[in-house]
Amino acid sequence: MTGLIKRHAKTWLLWELLIGLKLTGRYLFAKKITVEYPEERTPLSPRFRGLHALRRYENGEERCIACKLCEAVCPASAIVIESEERADKSRRTTRYDIDMTKCIFCGFCTEACPVDAIVETQEFEYASESRRALYYDKQMLLDVGARYERQIAANIAADARYS
Amino acid sequence: MNWMDLAIKAGIWLADIVIIAVAIAVGVMAITYFERRIIGWIQIRKGCNRVGPAGVLVPIADALKLFLKEMIIPTTANKLLFLAAPIMAMVPVFIGFAVVPFGETTMFGYWKQMHVMAIANINVGVLYVMAITSLGIYGILIAGWASNSKYALIGAVRSTCQMVSYEISMGFAIVTVLMLAGSLNLADIVHAQAGGMHHWYFIPLLPMFIVFFLSGVAETNRSPFDLPEGEAELVAGYFVEYSGMSWSLFMLGEYAAMILVSLMTSILFLGGWYAPIPALDFIPGVVWILGKTAFFLFVFIWLRATFPRYRYDQLMRLGWKVFLPWTLAWIAVVGACIYLPQLPLLHDFYQFYRPGGGA
Repeated sequence: MTGLIKRHAKTWLLWELLIGLKLTGRYLFAKKITVEYPEERTPLSPRFRGLHALRRYENGEERCIACKLCEAVCPASAIVIESEERADKSRRTTRYDIDMTKCIFCGFCTEACPVDAIVETQEFEYASESRRALYYDKQMLLDVGARYERQIAANIAADARYS
Repeated sequence: MNWMDLAIKAGIWLADIVIIAVAIAVGVMAITYFERRIIGWIQIRKGCNRVGPAGVLVPIADALKLFLKEMIIPTTANKLLFLAAPIMAMVPVFIGFAVVPFGETTMFGYWKQMHVMAIANINVGVLYVMAITSLGIYGILIAGWASNSKYALIGAVRSTCQMVSYEISMGFAIVTVLMLAGSLNLADIVHAQAGGMHHWYFIPLLPMFIVFFLSGVAETNRSPFDLPEGEAELVAGYFVEYSGMSWSLFMLGEYAAMILVSLMTSILFLGGWYAPIPALDFIPGVVWILGKTAFFLFVFIWLRATFPRYRYDQLMRLGWKVFLPWTLAWIAVVGACIYLPQLPLLHDFYQFYRPGGGA
């Protein structure tokens, strides 16, 4: 009997609805979680997989030795490499292209690379209006590497104790 | 009254009409802005805040967009009715504002006695508002039929059914107010609630206050009763086929109806332009009535942000099996309490709220 009265009282006083309104009323004053993107940014992990880069050693020599492991491991077949012998008898790439429209940013190329030549930077704002601009050739990748070398080195150092 | 007086009177009326129509349009813009902001805040977002300072120019950008958009008329639509429907849906709501009293004024001491600030302070104000706003159904029904689209038709049928159902309980809720106030004149109903918060009708008529406001939410097709617009089932209900200006006329009508329902709720149940404490009466009545209206508009948005949409049979059950018997029973209760002196405590309690009974 008291259960019946209680149930009816709750129904007619719109009790459950008031609880719902109380909840949303509390969230009205809660701290907002919006990140206003171009001005504010969320922190990125050192392992963030963004735009690719080809690195050089400190003396300016290309790291890449044209072993083609990255090309072999790439699940999207986004990497195309051609290589030949250089004048000093070392093997170097003559062509190193990554098609960003194919790339799935899995990071396998970075994992496969024995000399840490191909890496992924934290850069993700490289959208373009043409597909052509998303076809990165060797020179473009080296330029990216030059631009972000300090950040790349810092991220590899930060992640080193976990790998 | 010679022709000069008539001309002056016509001029004043014209000014009144323009002021109120512009105020409604600006109010609608403000509501669309605050609706986005408040729903954003409730969802722990910031809401629109990039166009202009704190995003206040968003409604203007919106209006501009709607003006510039192409108005598509479906090839199979009945063109005349298709174009007339949005106007028929919007105009009755605006006409409804003609009798709403916004306060009392002596025009800074120019007039000898207080004048009610309404375009037309007629004696059947309540009936007029109910009658005129229910004409808006025709616009919706015609929009659904003229679009020649099954979604629009079903949306229109749902909307009409819902508005008709809830108008009944809304009308009966008003009857209890009339029994206490003893007048159909909106200004007289407010006068009957003079003398502070404990004289307001939401106290003796609390269930009717809730029923009236919720029926108003259903009447304006607002969430959680926005069945006609159920996206999952009907895309957008009766205005699926509309775009550009004709679409925005429907929206204008809907938001103006929200303002009208909020105004009517504050007039009928919350003492209109009177302050909650008589000591605060030095603040102009317009501020109070608009403040109460703003509160109800906030509740409209709050409800929308909180509750999921009703199922259609639940909506009909609420209207016909809950609100209608409840209002009918309450009319009997209020009638008995007013007219039977044999009920000592209740009779005295209700006599207090009748004109001349309190104060």
